Amino acid sequence: MRKSFAWTPPEARIMRVPREILGQRRMEANITGAILAVIARILSGTSVRWLDCQPDGNQRVYFANHTSHLDAVVLWSALPPAIRALTRPVAAKDYWTAGAVRRYLSRRVFNALLIDRTEVKVHQSPVDLMIREIGHRYSLIVFPEGGRTTGQDIGEFKSGIYYLCKKRPDLEMIPVYIDNMNRILPRGEVLPVPMLSTITFGPPLWLEAGEPKNEFLRRAREAVRRLKEI
Amino acid sequence: MREPRTLILVMIVMVLLGTASAVTFFLQRRTDSGLDPAMVESFRTRIRAWWILLTVLAAAFLIGKGATVFLFWAVSFWAFREFITLTPTRPADHRTLFCVFLFCTPAQFILVWLDQYQLYSILIPVYAFLLIPAAIALSGDSKRFLERTAKIQAGLLICIYCLSYAPALLTLKINPPRNVSLLFFFILMVQLGDVFQYAWSQLPSKHAIVPTINPSKTWEGLLGGTATAALLGAALYWATPFPPWMAALMSLVVALMGAAGSLTMSAIKRDRGVKDYGTLVEGHGGVLDRIDSICFAAPVFFHFTLYFTQYYPGPVK
Repeated sequence: MRKSFAWTPPEARIMRVPREILGQRRMEANITGAILAVIARILSGTSVRWLDCQPDGNQRVYFANHTSHLDAVVLWSALPPAIRALTRPVAAKDYWTAGAVRRYLSRRVFNALLIDRTEVKVHQSPVDLMIREIGHRYSLIVFPEGGRTTGQDIGEFKSGIYYLCKKRPDLEMIPVYIDNMNRILPRGEVLPVPMLSTITFGPPLWLEAGEPKNEFLRRAREAVRRLKEI
Repeated sequence: MREPRTLILVMIVMVLLGTASAVTFFLQRRTDSGLDPAMVESFRTRIRAWWILLTVLAAAFLIGKGATVFLFWAVSFWAFREFITLTPTRPADHRTLFCVFLFCTPAQFILVWLDQYQLYSILIPVYAFLLIPAAIALSGDSKRFLERTAKIQAGLLICIYCLSYAPALLTLKINPPRNVSLLFFFILMVQLGDVFQYAWSQLPSKHAIVPTINPSKTWEGLLGGTATAALLGAALYWATPFPPWMAALMSLVVALMGAAGSLTMSAIKRDRGVKDYGTLVEGHGGVLDRIDSICFAAPVFFHFTLYFTQYYPGPVK
């Protein structure tokens, strides 16, 4: 379904589509989003910390550890509403298009950027898709571990964020550590236990000129892990 | 606020807090007071948090018993969240915890609201305490079994069970029926007990009770604080169904139990390597840091009142 966009030059599409979407969105999707954000915040008792970093309309990529289905919603709801409207979570297409509710939430409320995990094409790589979709307006929420972990330790990062930075070195990479969500709604459970969680946003980092892939991925992972200890 | 005595107590607290606010306001203006500005600032945030607590409490009392029970439920629910968040559990405990949060926490307070003493007094110590280990055993993970069970049980007991005895004071049949002012008296005495123990422990000579757990709790603070609390309790006997000597004794017991509560919670915090349980009300640490004394004092205060009313039925009219 994304194929039709390939005909439109990316810049034109980004300038055109959001105004339309925003015009329609304002109504019920924003209200749904606000209600969901409040529910998620109450349920997971999230306290939000910004360390050497402020909420900002700059184009950013928030990259976080991933232990729970609630991560994306809670991270998204931790952002101020104006910034939330410009921030799109990157999510798995197979999960988020199954069923009318998930489809509605991912398309209209979260404005999620859905990645097809089952069929990765050469000219339709996830990174190309992300770059095309965000244009010069949107920020992203990504989970570079590539899947949910148990929360004991942060997994190795997949190389996606490196290629994203290589093509768009101007993007601010914001490390985010989400604490305790693995106990609130762990993998394989459907019922959340309303404990308390913390989301910590850390100082931005950028891909340095000529920085090797593994070095950058290690540095990014270390930036997330460092927030755990503060 | 149907009882004028509660109104008078609230007024007294408002005057005290107002004076304290005014003093800190002038202390912050003066630079030559010789006091540590950080200490004045922490004093100011504490007073502001007390204003918030007083407002919420007075509003709940004004609306009635249902609102008061709901307020205490909300506080104990939050405290239990803080407790479980800071006590490590294993993934296999997830479903047990879900059931505990879903059933035990509301049920206890609904039973208090319905005045079912014969049920709420054993709901957690009998039914929950037997079913929790059984549920954990069902999960099939036996690693550190007793430890995991004890953590959930301790959290339930301290945060939910004990605290529910504070609103349960409203259901006691006492003569004269000063339930609302008795509850306010109880919370005031716990807070004053804390404050005066802190104040007395600022004396130059210091003998810490248990330096390995909490070096700021001293024998001077405990003796001076509980004695002061007892004197103040006797002076406020008109808010309770007790004669002055009994009001003094109750205040003494409340202050001692409060000290025991904060010492216990200090030990748990020290074991977990944290200073405070959370950051909800600014300057007051977590909810659990504020209510640890109330939790330990509430069931004892409740039952002492119950014994007292049985053996001393009140003035004959």
